[in-house]
Amino acid sequence: MAPDLLGPALALSAVLFSIGAAGVLLRRSAIVLFMCIEIMLNAVNLAFIALALLHGVAGHIMVFFVMTVAAAEAAVGLAIILVVFRHKQSVDLQHVNLLRG
Amino acid sequence: MTEAVFYIFAAVAVLGAAMCVLQRSAVSSLVWLLTTMFALAAIFVLLQAELLGVLQVLVYVGAILVLFLFVVMLLNVDALRQYSRGAVSTAAAVAIGGLLLVELFAIWRYTPARLAAELAQSPQMASDLALAFPAASTNAEAIATRGIVGAVAAPMFQTYLVPFEITSILLLVALVGAVVLAKKRL
Repeated sequence: MAPDLLGPALALSAVLFSIGAAGVLLRRSAIVLFMCIEIMLNAVNLAFIALALLHGVAGHIMVFFVMTVAAAEAAVGLAIILVVFRHKQSVDLQHVNLLRG
Repeated sequence: MTEAVFYIFAAVAVLGAAMCVLQRSAVSSLVWLLTTMFALAAIFVLLQAELLGVLQVLVYVGAILVLFLFVVMLLNVDALRQYSRGAVSTAAAVAIGGLLLVELFAIWRYTPARLAAELAQSPQMASDLALAFPAASTNAEAIATRGIVGAVAAPMFQTYLVPFEITSILLLVALVGAVVLAKKRL
């Protein structure tokens, strides 16, 4: 039953990852950009879980680690956004050009 | 039956992701993202990853998205000028996304038989893979006797114990880092 879902699940993972990548390029708001990164992380998680049907639960453990790192990344990233907003009064990435020479 | 349910949730996930990218308001984006996360949790359950389906709801929806929502509310981003890119950048973004999609669709053709054929050409890689991925039948047996939680927990606290402990340090560092960054004065 479930291995039939392998192909469709991998295809869904590809679609979600592409949407996330296009979103990162399309949007200029730092917060929405972060959400698009979360979409991409979830797409990869889906691929891990789909392939775990064939190759065993090692994929599940990898997803567990990805979720942990995503939580840490979200906490630090949103703190950085808060600091940027405090300095620039905006989360528009066009305005964040501190490192431009 | 399972397939029909899978396709329904897949459609919801794609719709949620697309609307998340296209919505102008950050709060709307966030709620659409929430829909995607819930749909993906359901798909995880369909793919026999019940534990991760629950974790998806607890960690992503319960913790990460609520954190996002706090920041959106705190900054009142929606009241500010809306940010969107010019026509050229939009076209470029869609083109790059489309190219990526075509490229990624290659993994759809992945089959165990093809992997076996490729591994037969390099015995070294085959032995490495056997080390990393125990045979699926061993795992099926473990799931049947101990349930999905037991089958995932056993390798996590044996084979992957060191990465697991490093994860706890990572979370501590992230916690301290977030407080240091967000606080005005220490």
